[in-house]
Amino acid sequence: MWLFALPALLINVCIILVPAVLTFTAAFFIWDGVGTPVWAGLTNFQNMVADPVFWSALTNNFIWTAIFLTVPVCLALVMAAALLMAPKARIVVQSIIFLPRIIAVAVTGRIFQGMIFSPATGIVAWLNEHGFSISDPLADPDRSLYAVAAVDIWHWWGFLAVVFLAAMRQISVDQIEAARLDGAGFFALFRYVLLPGISPTLTLMLILTVIWSFQVFEFIFIVTRGGPAYGSEVLATFAYRHAFFEGDVGHAAAAACVMSLFGLCATAVYLRLQITDDAQST
Amino acid sequence: MIGDRWSRTFALGLIGVASFSSLLPIALAIMNALKTTTEIGSNPLALPTQMHWENFSSAWRNARLGPSLLHSAEVASLTILMVCVTATPCAYVLARQKGKLWRFITFYFMATITVPVQLYLYPLYFIFAKLGLVNSIPAVALIYTAMFSPFAIFLLRTYALAIPVALEEAAQVDGARPWQAFWYVILPMMRPGLLTVAIIVGLNAWNEFVIAVTFLQNDSNVTAIVRFYNLTGQYSTDWGEMLAAAVTIVLPIVAIFVLLQRQFIDGMTSGAVKS
Repeated sequence: MWLFALPALLINVCIILVPAVLTFTAAFFIWDGVGTPVWAGLTNFQNMVADPVFWSALTNNFIWTAIFLTVPVCLALVMAAALLMAPKARIVVQSIIFLPRIIAVAVTGRIFQGMIFSPATGIVAWLNEHGFSISDPLADPDRSLYAVAAVDIWHWWGFLAVVFLAAMRQISVDQIEAARLDGAGFFALFRYVLLPGISPTLTLMLILTVIWSFQVFEFIFIVTRGGPAYGSEVLATFAYRHAFFEGDVGHAAAAACVMSLFGLCATAVYLRLQITDDAQST
Repeated sequence: MIGDRWSRTFALGLIGVASFSSLLPIALAIMNALKTTTEIGSNPLALPTQMHWENFSSAWRNARLGPSLLHSAEVASLTILMVCVTATPCAYVLARQKGKLWRFITFYFMATITVPVQLYLYPLYFIFAKLGLVNSIPAVALIYTAMFSPFAIFLLRTYALAIPVALEEAAQVDGARPWQAFWYVILPMMRPGLLTVAIIVGLNAWNEFVIAVTFLQNDSNVTAIVRFYNLTGQYSTDWGEMLAAAVTIVLPIVAIFVLLQRQFIDGMTSGAVKS
């Protein structure tokens, strides 16, 4: 029987587990990726801690986590409740808000750069012509992270709303009707019936948000490359830059380890949840 | 019907605003893909006065989209094939076997779902470089197989769990070997799950960026996404042509999405919705 599992397991171990262990090892070596690695002890970590860009990248990861634990979650919760009340619009609207999720990140990033944020061809340009003075947020180190987050929120929140809607639809209609007969308005219904009803799904999505927020790479790399002036740098772009543009794989590996460490706590909670859940279903 | 009139009006208003903001960037991209760069510069929000379809033909030519779309299709189909072939038997055996070792393997696959690419990207790249596997489409498909198969395994496992064990026992009584029971009894019943897996895995492979941009560096093997990304670095002043390229790359995905919405939505939300 174990032959059935072997191919998938073998591929996964070779592509993910072995290199992951090597990354952990590489963090203790000075290595350019090509030559012979030289033992360096904790040098990579010491250099990293001394680098202010590392700290601003880490801070940005925390800001990103805070943004994604709140903004898209609130939008999605309210939207899911709204769709629950509008059964006729549900199917079409669900597909519309899901659509951004299936468009490639590279394409989404470029569309927002050109059509929204660009001071020459975007909505920002249009607003400037119509009496609002807004500069390109992507060119401003203080605002670039938030601008990229806005793009990712556009891409993400609708998917989240569809997940929450699916969970809300599992709540029994009787329960909702009973609350309504008791005179519960929208907010009471939301607070006392819908929210508790989807709390397992909500918890899971919040944990995944924490895990993903420490891994965030694509949108930032595509839209700003971590710039300008490292304003939107996160650990993943920091590591990528060190590995491939500065030829310092050891340093990149150290950053990747730190990144994984933060995700690890959330992963532990995630695995606990999944496994108790799994024990019930099998 | 849930909610009073006031909250229903609020809900409909919200739905309107949400749909509009989800569609606005897409609409802007399509509209401006049909305009000249000067027209885009003068007013990005105006509808095209004249359809400049030549943006599409010049994007196709200048960006050499044709071959890169073909590479994307190659990577996606190879990944779908490898994921289905390896994940299906694995999902089946994880659904049937109990015991410590099997629980550990299940746990391992769950853990790899949350592992960041960054944790294995760098050694993997330099190992592949040594082995001469950089710039190889099958090598990229192999990496995707490792990345996407845990998802496939858990989705297919729920299908396998729903199949009564009695069916295989009956087959075994009739003298079928395990692989025969799998092939003739289990596999046909997992077909709807395989369709969902194929769609989601295909979508992910088509859209994937980090691995593709790192491992494919020659014009002769880049995927459409990487081609688009590299191109827009160079020509980002010609937004009309760039947006035409964007629309061309996204169009096949959106077309499949419109046809198979159920599979997309169920597949991508699977595992997220807890009861």
